[in-house]
Amino acid sequence: MISTDTDILRAAEDWARSGRGVAIATVVETWGSAPRPVGSHLVIDGEGNFLGSVSGGCVEGAVVAEAADVIAEGKARMLEFGVADAAAWQVGLSCGGRIKVYVEPVRAGDGG
Amino acid sequence: MDLATLAALNAERQARRAAVLMSDLASGAQRLVTQAGIAADPLADLLERQLRSGKSGMAEVEGRSFFLTVQAPHPRVIVTGAVHISQAMAPMAKALELDLIIIDPRTAFATPERFPEGTLLAEWPDEALARIGLDAYTAFVALTHDPKIDDPGLVAALRSDCFYVGALGSRKTHGRRLERLAEAGFDAAATARIHAPIGLDIGAVSPAEIALAILAEIVATLRGPRRKPA
Repeated sequence: MISTDTDILRAAEDWARSGRGVAIATVVETWGSAPRPVGSHLVIDGEGNFLGSVSGGCVEGAVVAEAADVIAEGKARMLEFGVADAAAWQVGLSCGGRIKVYVEPVRAGDGG
Repeated sequence: MDLATLAALNAERQARRAAVLMSDLASGAQRLVTQAGIAADPLADLLERQLRSGKSGMAEVEGRSFFLTVQAPHPRVIVTGAVHISQAMAPMAKALELDLIIIDPRTAFATPERFPEGTLLAEWPDEALARIGLDAYTAFVALTHDPKIDDPGLVAALRSDCFYVGALGSRKTHGRRLERLAEAGFDAAATARIHAPIGLDIGAVSPAEIALAILAEIVATLRGPRRKPA
């Protein structure tokens, strides 16, 4: 995929190295019409700063909120977002769709 | 993800090497398989298939769900010739998120004013290309019409595994070019890799249209045919 997702992972590394809590969210599955492809990343720090996109804007807020817990607990979790057709247009999933987003913490081990 | 794994993934990308990260979504366990390690991996077939697709995705292995994060190097286009066509290519390549590098030893052509976008190297191609390196995620395009500049680039491109080689010029010009390359030791199979006439046949006339035809052909070569003829 031609995208800036790699720069986002580079930023995640830089953030983690500077001591910030960091979570990486990845679109792992999509059904129906999804605005961002599988593999898209969103990187979130402990203060809610984020880079990248997993949905073109409609579920980022929810992912960022969940990421705070992932960073605090140090445990990955799977999120699923579904949008009914009627509501879909409003939030940007223009034809209705579902996405599964995996949110994992970046663990700063000794090897890092 | 461990910071060490993230750093390794980023380092592979930085070095323009492909890699696949396998994540067990149930346990969170991860392992990074680098380009060099894929062939010997127990899951080589799966990893190679995923890498060829250029896309990340889910895979079932022995009843467990894995997510495969595919990292393929960023594609780039290297051009010899700081000419009208490459001037037109620069903003288009930027829009396509293709890294463009323009090489021309003629300093009157290779001026930053003429090329505000992309990377411009006022050097001889063989020197510049030896330093940059040509790889499977690089396209090479010869645009100067001057054998002194284009030929060394073509020689380097044909010796590499870059995914696209194209050269500007009429059939007559290309015929003479093939003769020179044959004298340099390249057989017909090797020189058949060169796209000449360059670019998709869209009837391009202006430099911008030729730039579009070339970039379209590069994208088509990179992404492969997806539509079957009707």
